[in-house]
Amino acid sequence: MLKQCEGSHAIAESVALCRPEVICAYPITPQTHIVEGLGEMVKAGDLKHCEFINVESEFAALSVAIGASAAGARTYTATASQGLLFMAEAVYNAAGLGLPIVMTIGNRAIGAPINIWNDHTDSMSMRDAGWIQLYAETNQEAADLHIQAFRLAEELSMPVMVCVDGFILTHAYERLDIPTQEQVDAYLPPFEPRQVLDPGEPVSIGAMVGPEAFMEVRYLAHHKQMRALELIPQLSAEFRQVFGRDSGGLMRTYRAEDAKTIVVALGSVNGTIKDVIDELRDEGYAIGAATILSFRPFPSEELHELLSHAKRLVVIEKSLAVGIGGIVSHNLRMALSGISLHAYTVVAGLGGRPITKASLRSLFERALRDELEPLTFLDLNQPAIDRELAREKERRRSGPSAENILRDLASGGPR
Amino acid sequence: MYQVRIHGRGGQGVVSAAEMLSVAAFLEDKHAQAFPSFGSERMGAPVMAFCRIDSKEIRLREPVMSPDALIIQDPTLLHQVDLFSGVTTEGLILINSTRTFGALGIGEFVEGFHPDLLCTVPATELALKHVGRPLPNAALLGGFAAVCDQVKLESVIAAIREKFSGKVAEGNVAAAREAFDIVMKEREEASHA
Repeated sequence: MLKQCEGSHAIAESVALCRPEVICAYPITPQTHIVEGLGEMVKAGDLKHCEFINVESEFAALSVAIGASAAGARTYTATASQGLLFMAEAVYNAAGLGLPIVMTIGNRAIGAPINIWNDHTDSMSMRDAGWIQLYAETNQEAADLHIQAFRLAEELSMPVMVCVDGFILTHAYERLDIPTQEQVDAYLPPFEPRQVLDPGEPVSIGAMVGPEAFMEVRYLAHHKQMRALELIPQLSAEFRQVFGRDSGGLMRTYRAEDAKTIVVALGSVNGTIKDVIDELRDEGYAIGAATILSFRPFPSEELHELLSHAKRLVVIEKSLAVGIGGIVSHNLRMALSGISLHAYTVVAGLGGRPITKASLRSLFERALRDELEPLTFLDLNQPAIDRELAREKERRRSGPSAENILRDLASGGPR
Repeated sequence: MYQVRIHGRGGQGVVSAAEMLSVAAFLEDKHAQAFPSFGSERMGAPVMAFCRIDSKEIRLREPVMSPDALIIQDPTLLHQVDLFSGVTTEGLILINSTRTFGALGIGEFVEGFHPDLLCTVPATELALKHVGRPLPNAALLGGFAAVCDQVKLESVIAAIREKFSGKVAEGNVAAAREAFDIVMKEREEASHA
């Protein structure tokens, strides 16, 4: 049914339609509304046969989720930012044990400095923990991806993170189509675990494995993700059959057919990118875009094919790999093997800095003229940085730079 | 695309106002997007929320920087925060106040604006009268429906009833209706002046 609602609310409804049996939660902005919504549904009796477990930390949230999933329950949790870091050890364990937990990440920056706003640093920090990582572009897609995520997770016996831009999506009211229970039931069969803790048939999950077998177990995890490269498009196509709309898949292109310049990004910023591309297309520029939906597994072949005819690649990154630049760009390098093009990395929107149409437009214009540096920080306040660098040069005890920059900006220094 | 920016203070229902406005537009079969300015929420701090309305899907995710309409829930912000950033003389401004633009000290600023797009409505007083609490958001949306052709009063009322229930809903509906009438009358008088 079409409705106008908050992204978090839509995700909660969508997760509830997947009939989870255990939900573990510890609150952290900006994902809190999601688990709050689910908690209310459990308490009101609208979400039946589901245990909502309040835990004392994020580490506990995912640890309880691991236990529940190993016991054969369809299990869900959500977190963000420092919460994801605090559960890091369990994140690796859930993947290593092959437990099909679905977890929403309400993407948010990581401190220090403390910052509650959106970027992708949190989920990017766990990109190699062994989870499948899907990034939603809209709230409709966020809601839809959760339904696909349970199918995917349970088919492969592997956990899936659904990454949703914090605030920009989680707190936005948009028009959404919430599916019916019948539709979701037709798409998502009851959970049939591939491994389960059953006193009648005892096994140990999480046995110690020495050098004789560790490589093989790890290889099998990689093999599963390679299978996911085939399964994700299939599940997206099947989703279209049942629900009548396109959602998910490995990646999606926009006006890219004859594009000589391709912009690549993850998540909600693709909406603004598309608006800018329409403007530039109207002016005759051959520019298009690609949204990466599945960051793990990484759709190298599809991106290679797309970029093999391009002259320029602009990657918009909502995270910074300090000391090298961009994480998405770095991953794309593998897909670029044998292709010669100008590749530009643009770090943008860190800690909630708005990524505006005007800034993207002037950025793409510079890219089209090949005037961009290999690494650009979008809308960086260079004068403020120069003043801080000067203070550091002038005095040994120049103080904490976060505080210095804030004081500098408050004093109304030129931007 | 029509863009609205709502200014107020934490606790005044600024974010709810943007959400209800988006619901009202949705009920008229339009596309709408509402979102807050994502500050650290605390009572009394300046807060912004945005609403975009369009006949097609809204993909843009930047904050509203060039609003077609400004709704100011708290006039004490007038001289503290850069409320008018990006507003042109074509803009609509609706302020929660019993005073005129001149008395609020912005008469000079709005010279050149369309007088019929400059409105004030005593939304806090209306909320106190009908709801018993100084939450001006629903009343302001009623006033907004009187001056802006993007949403009808009936849609605003339906959106209020979706957000609130029972007595609170009906109180807010009454406040919105009275605000609508006040702004309609204000505009009639302005057009005869």
